[in-house]
Amino acid sequence: MSWLPQPVQELLERALVCEFTVVSPRGRPVTHPMLPLWDGERIYMTSSVLFSRKLEHIKQHPQVALSISDPVAAGGLTARCSIQGDARVIEDDPHVTWERIIPLWIAKEPAVEAFLNARYALPLFFERSLIEITPRRVAWWPDGDATREPSVLRVEEVAA
Amino acid sequence: MTAPAAVGVGRRHLEKLATFPHAVASWVGDNGYPVQTPLTFEVDADAGTVRLDAPGVPLPEDREVNIIASHIRPQPGTGYDERRYVSLWGRIERRERGVAFHPSRAWGWDEAETPFFEYSERTLPQARRYFRALSEEQGREVRPRLSRLWTVLLTTRLPFLTATIVPVLLGIAVAAYDGDFNFWLALLTMIGACAVHIGVNTTNDVFDALSGADEANVNPTQFSGGSRVIQRGIVSLRTMALVAAGAWLVGIIFGLLLFAMRPSAELLVIGMAGVVLGVFYTAPPLKLVHRGLGEIVTALGFGPLMVLGAYAVQRQALSWDAFVASVPVAILVALILYVNEIPDRHSDARAGKRTLPVRFSKRAIATMFLCSALAAFATIVAGVVAGWLPLAALVALVALPMVFGIHRGIREHYDRPYELMPVMGRNIQLHLVTGLLLFAGYVIAITADAVFSGAPLS
Repeated sequence: MSWLPQPVQELLERALVCEFTVVSPRGRPVTHPMLPLWDGERIYMTSSVLFSRKLEHIKQHPQVALSISDPVAAGGLTARCSIQGDARVIEDDPHVTWERIIPLWIAKEPAVEAFLNARYALPLFFERSLIEITPRRVAWWPDGDATREPSVLRVEEVAA
Repeated sequence: MTAPAAVGVGRRHLEKLATFPHAVASWVGDNGYPVQTPLTFEVDADAGTVRLDAPGVPLPEDREVNIIASHIRPQPGTGYDERRYVSLWGRIERRERGVAFHPSRAWGWDEAETPFFEYSERTLPQARRYFRALSEEQGREVRPRLSRLWTVLLTTRLPFLTATIVPVLLGIAVAAYDGDFNFWLALLTMIGACAVHIGVNTTNDVFDALSGADEANVNPTQFSGGSRVIQRGIVSLRTMALVAAGAWLVGIIFGLLLFAMRPSAELLVIGMAGVVLGVFYTAPPLKLVHRGLGEIVTALGFGPLMVLGAYAVQRQALSWDAFVASVPVAILVALILYVNEIPDRHSDARAGKRTLPVRFSKRAIATMFLCSALAAFATIVAGVVAGWLPLAALVALVALPMVFGIHRGIREHYDRPYELMPVMGRNIQLHLVTGLLLFAGYVIAITADAVFSGAPLS
């Protein structure tokens, strides 16, 4: 069972894009649009080696954040959230390790199945790493109005 | 999507930002975690600033802030499309009326402007760097993989062997029509010619990798830009060179074997010409394709040389009829290269390859295609009228309407490589279908001769 509030879990389940921020070696925030995948406990993303600079950044600085802010990409949900967490890159074998999240990926992007069948056409796109994010703190705006202060919940508070 | 190689902020970045309804601001908090907040904004492109509606989470003035605006269009049943985003870095300034953001660096991607496949090609160097670092990290070589079957298919570009199979079949058919056919010689000819073709393909990849032509090409398609297996790290340059040497060796051994079985000066000259043209197609010092001679060399190699070579093996002689039969196939195979060079023209120009699409305008290239393709079919008609080709060869005219569709496709999609791909596919089919119909014409003529002369068919 996740400690994340239900509205945030709903956003994670439905969102097709999130804004994923990592920190560069120079201490700068770098934000990437990414597809968030949610298994009920942790957040997953997968990145091709073609777009792997974010992976290098995570390895050097595992503290990350992701936000879900676009109601259109979140299936009409108007709530918004930003989740801070610790990320780790899983890539024992970039050819196959990430494949365990294929069911979650296809559930949000069914076209991927067809791409997988034509893997030979863009082989490096399917050499991938898995990003696993353990949430630590969440800020959310239940009505989506970000001009107000968000509700905030930390994992320590839940544990206590 | 890749991390930014950000550039200075231009008006276009701000104008792009203005097309999004909201954005997300991020900065690095004191505890090391990024902090984010959604916000709305108004762009002042003239002033080079963005006015932000103050969010509930206070924006910091003492550190760099990244603002990203992104868009997708959900597509139920498939996922999403219309991917685009713009990301800007800068400083926050608190003003009497609101908050101003002064961006100094920017980055973005819009798949409507840069197709995903091109975007992926542009990031190949990053992928290679990452594999090198991962190999060091894991203490073993980590490299991209493909199934053995696909690696072989892509490395040798096996599906393109139709360019060899068609003329060899035609040469054998013309020889059979003239009275000589030996199945085992035909089989050896086909294997040897295919090996030479694989040698040409792989040699081309080796030298295009060395010259940087394939690396510079960010718009490869399945029909152009080489096999890409070297650039993608699936096959090393050394392995590709070994495959090329092996293919040439097999081709030459089969050639010598055929020469030993059916010696003739004609076959020797044709075989040697084939090797020279094939190797020096991209190899120095001749680098024929770099001099705009690619189409002529391809036409010669996959037209008269293949047709007359296969004919000479069967009959130990050459014939004018076989040469005439090779002309339409020669023109159409050269047009495969010609059309495939269209999307490669920018990278070819950078690598010093002066191909015809590099030298001539869109209009001239489309017109030359139409005239050349029509000339191929005119040759068939003229050959039949002159008595060089059998009447049944006219069956090849069934493929003629394909020419006009391809010509229209070239004109409409000249500057859009990925839209041009189906046109390139149909152009390859034009060669294959016309060649096979021509072959079928000879089979019909041979069968008709046998039936009406009362001779046995085998």
